[in-house]
Amino acid sequence: MEKMIEISGLKKSFGSLEVLSDIDLILEKGDNLAILGRSGIGKSVLTKCIVGLIEPDEGTIFVLGQEIGKMEYDDLNELRTRIGYLFQGGALYDSMSVKENLIFPMRKKKKLISKGELQDRVEEVLENVGLSEAIDKMPSELSGGMRKRIALARTLIKRPEIIFYDEPTTGLDPVTSGEISDLIVSVSEKYDTSSIIVTHDMKCARITASYLKLLEDGIFYAEGTYDEMASNEDLKVSSFFH
Amino acid sequence: MPLIGLTALIMGIVLTMQTRPVLVDFGAQAVLPGMISLSIIREIGPVITALLAAGKISSGFGAEIASMRITEQIDAMEVSGTNPIKYIVVSRVLATTFMLPVLVIFADFIGIYGSYIAINFTGNISLQLFTDQAINVLSFDDIIPAVIKTFVFGFFIGIIGCYKGYYANKGTESVGTAANTAVVVASISIFIIDLFAVQIMEMM
Repeated sequence: MEKMIEISGLKKSFGSLEVLSDIDLILEKGDNLAILGRSGIGKSVLTKCIVGLIEPDEGTIFVLGQEIGKMEYDDLNELRTRIGYLFQGGALYDSMSVKENLIFPMRKKKKLISKGELQDRVEEVLENVGLSEAIDKMPSELSGGMRKRIALARTLIKRPEIIFYDEPTTGLDPVTSGEISDLIVSVSEKYDTSSIIVTHDMKCARITASYLKLLEDGIFYAEGTYDEMASNEDLKVSSFFH
Repeated sequence: MPLIGLTALIMGIVLTMQTRPVLVDFGAQAVLPGMISLSIIREIGPVITALLAAGKISSGFGAEIASMRITEQIDAMEVSGTNPIKYIVVSRVLATTFMLPVLVIFADFIGIYGSYIAINFTGNISLQLFTDQAINVLSFDDIIPAVIKTFVFGFFIGIIGCYKGYYANKGTESVGTAANTAVVVASISIFIIDLFAVQIMEMM
């Protein structure tokens, strides 16, 4: 299987606080990995290290065959056009309409894509997230769930090979959380993406992930499929499931 | 624009009303238009306009960009393959660098004609005579260094606001902190730059 992400010996500290002690991870094509862990344990730090937003102290990270730490800034940005990242709060640009938000990641590809094709892509991704009618709205006019959907649409418009979901269901009601989880699954199937889902919502992890890893004390403390993890009797693991 | 126009108008009027009695005592009121225009163009116009811009623009940049930082909009930009420094910072710094001189010229104009209004509160001078007296004292040595100085003011107002916002800490509190420190640092920078600018002009 093609390795989409390969991490070995990753360490990251903030001052005296060691957040990631020794992380090894391989994400293969088509995999949907859920990273579980308590709030503040370093899940988002890990994903931000992978996309180059945070510089690790030690270790190597290969994304789509390229080592992040050794790349020039422009090359890294080029690689990032093949990666999607759904931020916890959506991170929609406040000053832009939904349509402008969706077009923004395509700025670099504007010369390669005709106006008509760009418009078709905007309409397609909005239809996929079920929000075609929101095209001219401003982010301030959207609910929390809608913002997450639009943020997902903005991620999809690039047709990424890997998508990171940072707490995709946090702050949403159970019904909307379920809808977002289903959307992640359908996106993965339709666009053939591999994904890493950072969450502590077990329902979301069960629906979306093909396997799970539990981050605890800076390492992956346990891993397996949802059923394997759910039957694990270790207190740190079982406390997540019961 | 309205804020700077109103401030410049009041500045011209107040400056004239406070200076005029002293000049009248020495029988030198004829030099008033020239003195006011020199003061405004060389010093007061650029500095007051820059301070207003620091209060409004630098704090605005600081708050806006800090807000983008804490809501992860800057991270989102970076992950989408866009250089946020180029997109957010460069455009704003260029705007302040090149637009502040325009605002200063506007403020100078309004300030000088504010003086004309003030003189006519108590005296009587024709617009033609006032304009002649105000312009005749000016030379390029007065105007060019003052204009160059405003480009530097504009650059620092932009870069300080953007820097404070861009490197804001996480948390909503940092938005206020970024706006506040941007104004303070930009205002102090204006005085320091002005001090050096005066020294350089003296040497030339």
